[in-house]
Amino acid sequence: MKRHQNLLMMIAVVVLVALPLWMVKKPAPGPDGKDVQIFAGADDKAKDLVGTIVPAYKPWFKPLIEPPSGEIGSLLFALQAALGAGFIGYWYGSSKTRAQMRSKTEKEPRC
Amino acid sequence: MHIMEGFLPVKHAIGWSVAAAPFVIYGLYTINKRIKEKPEQRMLLGVAAAFTFVLSALKMPSVTGSCSHPTGTGLGAILFGPAAMAPIGAVVLLFQAILLAHGGLTTLGANVISMAVVGPFAAAAIFRAAKAVKVPFAFSIFLAASCADLLTYITTSAQLAFAFPDPAGGFAASFTKFASVFALTQIPLAISEGLLTVVVINALVRFNSPELQEMKVIAVQEVQA
Repeated sequence: MKRHQNLLMMIAVVVLVALPLWMVKKPAPGPDGKDVQIFAGADDKAKDLVGTIVPAYKPWFKPLIEPPSGEIGSLLFALQAALGAGFIGYWYGSSKTRAQMRSKTEKEPRC
Repeated sequence: MHIMEGFLPVKHAIGWSVAAAPFVIYGLYTINKRIKEKPEQRMLLGVAAAFTFVLSALKMPSVTGSCSHPTGTGLGAILFGPAAMAPIGAVVLLFQAILLAHGGLTTLGANVISMAVVGPFAAAAIFRAAKAVKVPFAFSIFLAASCADLLTYITTSAQLAFAFPDPAGGFAASFTKFASVFALTQIPLAISEGLLTVVVINALVRFNSPELQEMKVIAVQEVQA
């Protein structure tokens, strides 16, 4: 039952991620002929919003290092996710093995 | 929920940093103390930190047509208490601010407050309240993690509205605008985070129930049943 519950929840997450990709349609290019970007970062949208609320605001500090390209940026994001996922995988694997060994020693009578 | 580098006025940047520092320092103190007393919980602390690493790296699309990412701080807050998540969240934010130009050093304080203080405290409080009124275990985890995620983004919206009030409508009008960018986008992501947190907790209950009982996350009899 638990296993079904986990599987169902993971499927739900995949659906939640995939659904917007299918639901949101790319709008037609604006009057200036520029392509409208979809699925941009919300952080960037907020940045633009600051510009419309207080047009005079100028950011007073710049990032020290900026990833030289989008690819390098996604490399670093992937690295971050891989580090985390790697550790969780290690914990899961070692816990599962530990549980299996424990139940084995309990089943087999010790001589 | 990252406020971009330089996108908070100097006074706000300093104010939020000063506000965030004690949480991070106290969090480090509680983590050190706990690891000294219960070294066997180190692994779980690693899992909580790793979960935050993974989730905050995943930028997911949302129904509003923009992308955002979950925070992953609810899990650790439920396991180790909210204070422990402040330094962990700060490490993630620092990594992204320095290497990825995502968020920033001047906005680190504000981002720590929203992601690593408000979110975790909300998660712990909601989890406890849900347990008190006998909400089923898995659902109370889901509620705590997803509400914490959402509240993080609402906090960011409030921080930005506070720094940039609308010339006509003031704070409220500005807050509505920022919340429509952040909070609406976040709703499906918060649900995803809630579900993933339950998945991990289910695994923890299966493999680490002695530790969870000690941490008072699950009651002793729940495991025997």
